[in-house]
Amino acid sequence: MTSITDAAFPRTRGRRFREVAFRMLTLLALSCVVGPSLWLIVGVIWQAVPHWRWNVLTTLSQGTSGGLENAVVGTLVLMVGVLFVAGAVGVLTGIHLAELSRHRRNGKSSGTLLRTATEVLAGFPSIVLGYVGYVALCVGLHWGFSLLPAIMILSLMVTPYIAKSTESALRQVPTSYREGAEALGMATGYALRKVVIRSALPGIVTGLLIALSIAGGETAPLLYTAGVTNNLPSFALVHHPIAYLTYYVWTDYNQPSDAAHYVAYDAALILVVMVLALLVASRVLVARTQRFSESNR
Amino acid sequence: MRPVASILPTNDGATRRANIARRVSSSFRDSEEHVWRWSAKTASTIPLIGLLFVLIVLVIKAWPAIQVNGIHFLSGSSWVPGSTYAPAVKTHGVAHPLGSSYGAWPLIAGTLQTSVIAIIVAVPISVGAAFALTERLPRWLSQPLGFFVEILAGIPSVIIGLWGVLTLGPLLSHHIYPIIANHVPNVPVLRYFKGSTGYGEGLLTSGLVLGLMIVPIIASTTRDLFMQVPPLPKEGAEALGMTDAEVARYVTIPWVRTGIIGATVLGLGRALGETIAVAMISGSVLGAVAPNIYGTMTTIAATIVSQLDSAATDGTGFAISTLAEAGLVLAVISIIVNFGARVIINRTSRLSAPVGRM
Repeated sequence: MTSITDAAFPRTRGRRFREVAFRMLTLLALSCVVGPSLWLIVGVIWQAVPHWRWNVLTTLSQGTSGGLENAVVGTLVLMVGVLFVAGAVGVLTGIHLAELSRHRRNGKSSGTLLRTATEVLAGFPSIVLGYVGYVALCVGLHWGFSLLPAIMILSLMVTPYIAKSTESALRQVPTSYREGAEALGMATGYALRKVVIRSALPGIVTGLLIALSIAGGETAPLLYTAGVTNNLPSFALVHHPIAYLTYYVWTDYNQPSDAAHYVAYDAALILVVMVLALLVASRVLVARTQRFSESNR
Repeated sequence: MRPVASILPTNDGATRRANIARRVSSSFRDSEEHVWRWSAKTASTIPLIGLLFVLIVLVIKAWPAIQVNGIHFLSGSSWVPGSTYAPAVKTHGVAHPLGSSYGAWPLIAGTLQTSVIAIIVAVPISVGAAFALTERLPRWLSQPLGFFVEILAGIPSVIIGLWGVLTLGPLLSHHIYPIIANHVPNVPVLRYFKGSTGYGEGLLTSGLVLGLMIVPIIASTTRDLFMQVPPLPKEGAEALGMTDAEVARYVTIPWVRTGIIGATVLGLGRALGETIAVAMISGSVLGAVAPNIYGTMTTIAATIVSQLDSAATDGTGFAISTLAEAGLVLAVISIIVNFGARVIINRTSRLSAPVGRM
């Protein structure tokens, strides 16, 4: 029995073969993504766990041996600093881009220049930011390797993400919410705080968590701005270097001693656990809000 | 507002106090908007100021090197810091060590080569994986796998570099590369695959690892794009008797083609600027383009991170200035690439996915 579609798409062996090959290739491609990635994560854990001692978290580093307490605390301090600086700047930038920059009559949004700057910054090579931090802040302003230039450069790096995710979270707030707030006679600023930002909060927090995971795992901008020290962070903003986890992976993996390798893999394990925890938390937050939101997207 | 209060018989003092309270609180509420506006406007200029600051510092720092190295910087391939013991000499009024000579062609070539390898590896795999995730797998499997792919974008590059240099590189160079090198025919393009296979640090390993790093970006964006394709055209094509492969080729992929191109260019931007992983895996050899695809090499970003330490020992500051020039080249390349990607993406589809390094 022939039909009209058989003329266009005849039942040939070649088509069936191509179909089977296509299905195989897509599954192969997926396994090419998942396989090496699982290998990577499991490999790092596999190398670190047999030598893992919990006192790594409570002893100071001696360079290529010892613990990582200074690096863990230093990374946390850097992340908190980035959370405050980049969080404030990024969220406010996102609010400006989404809510407050008025659309002009000629159809162009007035935030074009700021938006372009944010997007260019998002794609800027991180090492170039680190170089500028070293040349201009650490050397030029005589701050030395210290907390302040590190936080400034890291914040400059992650601000675009926070701004972007804040903006898209605010844009997903239904217009009816804003109209309802206005109908109730709320002032614009009050409605912004109580209604718009509150309902966009999960999206904003998700962006902050992702930005924190980027900041915690970054190496290139920190190498020449934060320096390194075997002491705990002193909370002085300038002239005191600060340790961080990625430094120990970067310097200790090719040292000749086994102890150095253990330090590198321990730092890698702590980093993986920290980053995965932040990303899973952001994901759970998204899933929860999607379940309880009344509008399905 | 006035009439209600004036008609009702009320205690005058209480009304007045209530009115005052209302007026005060409403002025607070009006000023709240001003606070939001003012602070948001101020904060949103900070990325712009930061970007301008970075570019200005780069240009100022690079200016002496641009004067001395000239246009030859883009085509030359020597990387000689010169003698730090001999007295400095002056060219065009800029002091630099005796015998210093810089050419960035191997760095630029290495940056482009690794990125092209990464794109060639990553695009087919990402599109195929996105297709498997949206069309082939059951929901209970595709959701966690999609989440896993998204998470991969967040793995720190130093950890990927660690794995690449200690696990993947040695494995490939001992077991895979020799097979390829021995069996490839000696024809023009494939000749690049012959020769010494090295120890796993080099061009191909760097490109493959970069590919693994940009797969999550391209794959998760492509997956979101595939999900936005409406079901009716696909069902129509299927009703005409198309196989799944033909539906993908004639309906789904053309529907989102420009989006995939945009995601690819974003991945390219990430690959061009990636520093740490490449610095660990490339072998960091300055001054020559890799002789074959397994050869050791370096990129602009990896050079900046590995040379800044020793550049600081140059008393004339010329080495630091040259690194700024290299950084300027990289910045220009990646700004062009990112602009291209954003133009393509903004013109075609409105993505809600976080776009950029993620």
